[in-house]
Amino acid sequence: MSLGRRVASDHQLARLLQIGVVLEEVVEARSTRHHREMSEAFDRDTATLLREAASESADHRERLEELIDDLDAESVSYDEIETLVEAQYGKTKPEDFDGVLYDQLCNEETAYKFYDDLVAAIEGSDSTFSVDRDRVLDTLRGIREEEAEGVEEVTAIMERR
Amino acid sequence: MNTADQYLKAIYLVQETEDGPAATGSVADALDVSPASANEMIGKLEGRGLAEHEKYKGVSLTDDGIVRAREALSDYCIIERFLANVLEVEEFRAEARSLEAVIDDTVAERLDTIIDRSPECPDCFDAETDACEYLAEVEPESPAD
Repeated sequence: MSLGRRVASDHQLARLLQIGVVLEEVVEARSTRHHREMSEAFDRDTATLLREAASESADHRERLEELIDDLDAESVSYDEIETLVEAQYGKTKPEDFDGVLYDQLCNEETAYKFYDDLVAAIEGSDSTFSVDRDRVLDTLRGIREEEAEGVEEVTAIMERR
Repeated sequence: MNTADQYLKAIYLVQETEDGPAATGSVADALDVSPASANEMIGKLEGRGLAEHEKYKGVSLTDDGIVRAREALSDYCIIERFLANVLEVEEFRAEARSLEAVIDDTVAERLDTIIDRSPECPDCFDAETDACEYLAEVEPESPAD
């Protein structure tokens, strides 16, 4: 068991970046599925929000995959995660329109928290990695910032309703 | 998972194994920390009403402590199951232990949307093997290797 929040090796960093990729893929797949399931109930703001969320997640995934590739590790295919999301969607799908917004808020907050913890864990470690540490941190901080903006966007739509 | 939750989970599992109060030394061993560190955190958990410590017997979780420990154990099961079944990590137990401090409960909840977990979780967690008893052996393949 590791009590400290530190990233100590390339292997551990690659694994955490893989988890980041999976979280992005979950967002992308669920947003796409919500849109398909309930698009008739959405106003323009929400439809745009879900479309942009899926697109932003794809962009984040690509940025994480570049780091994973440089760590000589493999990423996790979107198709595989989409299949898993589809398999469990019946049990986990939001019941209504407000549920979709709440699900999207959870997506953004979870992603923000994940990147925030990961940045802190890397900052708290003096380990060296085979990829440039500043590049890793810059990428993760950039994505974290966009997740924070995502939280604000969803919250604004919820407050307007 | 924060440090307090890791302690609560460890105490819960040691209590299950020892079928009574958890000896501080066993808790320290489970967490790979010194007995002094374990004593300090157990004191903090007592202060928060999550545990009770009795001299020469050991530490027991209160009802509130048990609730939190079981939540922490569920999150840990999610991490293990995700590593084993989605990322196909052969050494999923060791990796779960090394990652749990960095994985927040909200992240575990999201990962839970793509795994198939038993409704009886975390009662199916076996403290002896440090894994869910239903967790099948996985193929020796690991994307990060």
